[in-house]
Amino acid sequence: MSRPLLTTLLVANRGEIACRVMRTAKAMGLTTVAVHSAIDRDARHSREADIRVDLGGAKAAESYLDIPRLIAAAKASGAQAIHPGYGFLSENAGFARAIEEAGLIFLGPPASAIDAMGSKSAAKALMEVAGVPLVPGYHGEAQDLETFRAAAQRIGYPVLLKATAGGGGKGMKVVEQESQLGEALASAQREALSSFGDARMLVEKYVLKPRHVEIQVFADQHGNCLYLNERDCSIQRRHQKVVEEAPAPGLSPAQRQAMGEAAVRAAQAIGYVGAGTVEFLLDARGEFFFMEMNTRLQVEHPVTEAITGLDLVAWQIRVACGEALPLTQDQVPLHGHAIEVRLYAEDPANDFLPATGHLALYRESAPGEGRRVDSGVCEGDSISPFYDPMLGKLIAWGENREQARLRLLAMLDSFAIGGLKTNIAFLRRILAHRAFAEAELDTGFIPRYQDQLLPAPVALPTAFWQAAGQAFQQSRPACVRADDRHSPWAAATGFRPGVPAQTALHLRCNGEDRALSLNPGSVSARMDGEHLVIEHEGVRRRHLAVRRGQTLYLEWDGELHGVSAFDPIAEADAGHAHQGGMSAPMNGSIVRVLVEVGQAVEAGTQLVVLEAMKMEHSIRAPQAGTIKALYCQEGEMVSEGAALVELEVQEG
Amino acid sequence: MILKSQLNPRAPEFALNSAAMLEQVQGLRDLLASVHQGGGPKAQERHTSRGKLLPRDRIDRLLDPGSPFLEIGQLAAHEVYGEDVPAAGVIAGIGCIEGVECMIVANDATVKGGSYYPLTVKKHLRAQTIAQQNRLPCVYLVDSGGANLPRQDEVFPDREHFGRIFFNQATMSAQGIPQIAVVMGSCTAGGAYVPAMADEAIMVRQQATIFLAGPPLVKAATGEVVSAEDLGGADVHCKVSGVADHYADNDEHALAIARRCVANLNWRKLGQLQVRTPIAPLYAADELYGVVPADAKQPFDVREVIARLVDGSLFDEFKALFGTTLVCGFAHLHGYPVAILANNGILFAEAAQKGAHFIELACQRGIPLLFLQNITGFMVGQKYEAGGIAKHGAKLVTAVACAQVPKFTVIIGGSFGAGNYGMCGRAYDPRFLWMWPNARIGVMGAEQAAGVLAQVKREQSERSGQVFSPQDEAQLKQPILDQYEHQGHPYYSSARLWDDGVIDPAQTREILGLALSAALNAPIEPSRFGIFRM
Repeated sequence: MSRPLLTTLLVANRGEIACRVMRTAKAMGLTTVAVHSAIDRDARHSREADIRVDLGGAKAAESYLDIPRLIAAAKASGAQAIHPGYGFLSENAGFARAIEEAGLIFLGPPASAIDAMGSKSAAKALMEVAGVPLVPGYHGEAQDLETFRAAAQRIGYPVLLKATAGGGGKGMKVVEQESQLGEALASAQREALSSFGDARMLVEKYVLKPRHVEIQVFADQHGNCLYLNERDCSIQRRHQKVVEEAPAPGLSPAQRQAMGEAAVRAAQAIGYVGAGTVEFLLDARGEFFFMEMNTRLQVEHPVTEAITGLDLVAWQIRVACGEALPLTQDQVPLHGHAIEVRLYAEDPANDFLPATGHLALYRESAPGEGRRVDSGVCEGDSISPFYDPMLGKLIAWGENREQARLRLLAMLDSFAIGGLKTNIAFLRRILAHRAFAEAELDTGFIPRYQDQLLPAPVALPTAFWQAAGQAFQQSRPACVRADDRHSPWAAATGFRPGVPAQTALHLRCNGEDRALSLNPGSVSARMDGEHLVIEHEGVRRRHLAVRRGQTLYLEWDGELHGVSAFDPIAEADAGHAHQGGMSAPMNGSIVRVLVEVGQAVEAGTQLVVLEAMKMEHSIRAPQAGTIKALYCQEGEMVSEGAALVELEVQEG
Repeated sequence: MILKSQLNPRAPEFALNSAAMLEQVQGLRDLLASVHQGGGPKAQERHTSRGKLLPRDRIDRLLDPGSPFLEIGQLAAHEVYGEDVPAAGVIAGIGCIEGVECMIVANDATVKGGSYYPLTVKKHLRAQTIAQQNRLPCVYLVDSGGANLPRQDEVFPDREHFGRIFFNQATMSAQGIPQIAVVMGSCTAGGAYVPAMADEAIMVRQQATIFLAGPPLVKAATGEVVSAEDLGGADVHCKVSGVADHYADNDEHALAIARRCVANLNWRKLGQLQVRTPIAPLYAADELYGVVPADAKQPFDVREVIARLVDGSLFDEFKALFGTTLVCGFAHLHGYPVAILANNGILFAEAAQKGAHFIELACQRGIPLLFLQNITGFMVGQKYEAGGIAKHGAKLVTAVACAQVPKFTVIIGGSFGAGNYGMCGRAYDPRFLWMWPNARIGVMGAEQAAGVLAQVKREQSERSGQVFSPQDEAQLKQPILDQYEHQGHPYYSSARLWDDGVIDPAQTREILGLALSAALNAPIEPSRFGIFRM
């Protein structure tokens, strides 16, 4: 078999994974080709590529999911191979087939293997034959409610509905009791249809207190298949992984071997080639059940790279070129411990609503031993509502788990993002949690410690406001008059003849506002470059304080707060703005309008369903009343803050 | 030439001087702090409980954060009326709004309801004069019950009384000096013309009222019964009458709108000076405390003061060897060029001629003048009269009077007799005039006045054959000494607005820098001098 020529690689993806794949490709001397949608024209992945190809549309369906355009992009740029990344078309057999038919190399498994695992039901049947342990469930073709009702009855509640073609938590619902089944099934099907173009569902037993442990497998074209140890991804929020680590704490070598060998059997059963992941549920007794196989490179692959010292993307490229795996199973390293967190633009305090907007401030933690940041954004970039709001990943490696954990905490501490909400503080609370430190992991971790991980917001302390005032004032650009350049009026000294200097500020932060008077004396706080240095009783502390236009970003208790001047005019206008209108919480499209004008509704009635970031959000009536006006229709794109429904509130 | 200080800050004498001055400065600070309490905690509590901001808080919110506020007349009405009327019930000063230096006049409703005492009127007019001379946009924060009715004869009818406020508004507006009124409380009768005469007016809903006659007067006049709000509230004037232009929800909103008004002025400063990058003096400002002798009779070298005021202590003296009791020279202060005239002893004919010459130079070149007054007067005696001290003094007075460049006066010691005129006293229209706490002002010194009066009395007694004993003389002199000391004190002066404020010597440079910059809003006009008697 002649070795195929590979000099140019196209990455059919965006964000951090596109950047990460290109990094290895460049290191291997390949020319990199990025594809981008209309709004990703100057996104980081696109900037970092040697060649970039415009796919056209903004929506994923018109860009990153458009197979003919991607193939055309490869042809136009002279790429011989396509790396699909994760998400988008990474597990689309049609894409793999189209690439092969175009005479190009797909950096993934054969289309047949994707097909085999793509349908969860068919996959389970295959796994059963291959001797891989399974969770009881229904994976049949019939998709009517009655079939699911009967299956759920047989399995026993709670059950888990999953999209047959899905992954990543989309189109996945836990059903606690029979009465919820109908609505949950319909909703999951809708999500599945919009995310994967396939509404088919399966149902399984919902295993209690399970851990999510997955095995990284790698197979070459010569029949070799290895397992590269496991990852524990038990820290999840609504089936979305939040923290991943390798190796899984407390897993014995025997368990590792048993799971690893089962995973290899699974891969071999479908003729797998390349990087893949076999996900298992590990219950408290150490029993494990096959969940699914992801036929792609995983988001969390860096933790495996960290403990093995391997570059999985490099392996993907080599294997695609026909090389044999360079190691035997005995030679697979397992050195130290690695933990990864996923950094999202989202608002943990507001039900993790994806955040869109401008990255006014973006500082990654400094590189260093055992510290890795895989990200796909830069300061100044915009986070659009069109794609997944993950900004990147922070990965820390240590000689042991505790060292990795502390390193990761330190990285989170020095990571600074301003301009939109992120989950940094939430991640920090997880990592700092005693139960996490003790490695008490299971998929119920986040719900169990919800109150500690998502504490009710408390009012900002006076010390914060004083510090913010000092930093805000000291970072204010001097207002220099062209007609009086050195005017002493421009020096914001707060000078007063005969009485102490006086500076009044009215600031706003996190929805709170505070009028304050900056008094010289008591506590010394001065700006030193991009830090506010506060000296109190002989102890000096540095707080990151960076000004971006009208906003000052100040780090306080590990969180970055955006401080701006209170605007009384805007405040008054907002007060006058029409009351009672329910508005879009974010940019998105209207999937369903459930009420009509004149209809009486109870408090909490679902009025409109908005889809954004591939998730559905319900707009509900805040109180009982009558629908006075509707400002949206199904299919319409609406922007954040747009009024959708006007409600006439019932008196009394 | 860089001035070299001859003083030793570690000398006991210096420490003694310093302590004496600091005591006076501390007294000033304490007094100002109490003035800043306005009408006191009770009145302030009543004021804020209505959702109103205190006048000083209003000013702070109006100004750019951290803007200096060059307040004037802080001691106005101090111990004048036999009742406390702190700051005469109106706060006035220059502050920066959206980068524009503005004159702000804010009624303090916690002081006698913000009503206008004679000195309130005088202070309001003084603020307007400063605005007019320096071409500063005016922002009036109106919250006043109007004229103080029991004293109507002292506030209403005369040229420099209440009506002059609106005269000034009209003439300033005509000169292109913006007039902005923010009505934050009552604004009745004559006061109603403040917003009505303004270029732009803002009103706070449910709080501000504007009417020529309030509800009681309306009822008395016509029998009509109407509430204050319906008669002249913000809703009436912003939506119906058009008396006001902008509708605000509250004080802070109104002040933010006023800031927008200033931001939209398209303001340009018209004064042109060759400005340098400012540098600090070589000597610390607080050393000024030790420069002035504790004993007012002891002279001091005024160059020690100049060395602590001007950029880099760099002072290029003019005619250093001639008329040495008047030190003249060029320097920079906060980067602005200044021509300084400073007393270093009694004024002789040569000194007066030198001063007149120097003022002509400054005017020719468009350089602001700074007078540092410490003067007991012109030299007296037959020799000097015969030498024409009167005509030489007149030259200096003519030059001072006619100089159109901005003039600034700081009284750092005595200010007596015609020396006050020659050194740009209040009557000579300096843009600003300040006094140090140690300064004294009067037609002559207390000792001299008592001596003159004792002499007259002695002659009368001797003519009528009576004995005028030393005890009689002492008895006669003491009340005169007391009166002159009392009336010559800077607080007495400042209370009557003979000056713009008593200042901490260590803040002199800062204050002058701000004043120089503010003065540059107006163009520097050429001077035309009267006849110099030769």
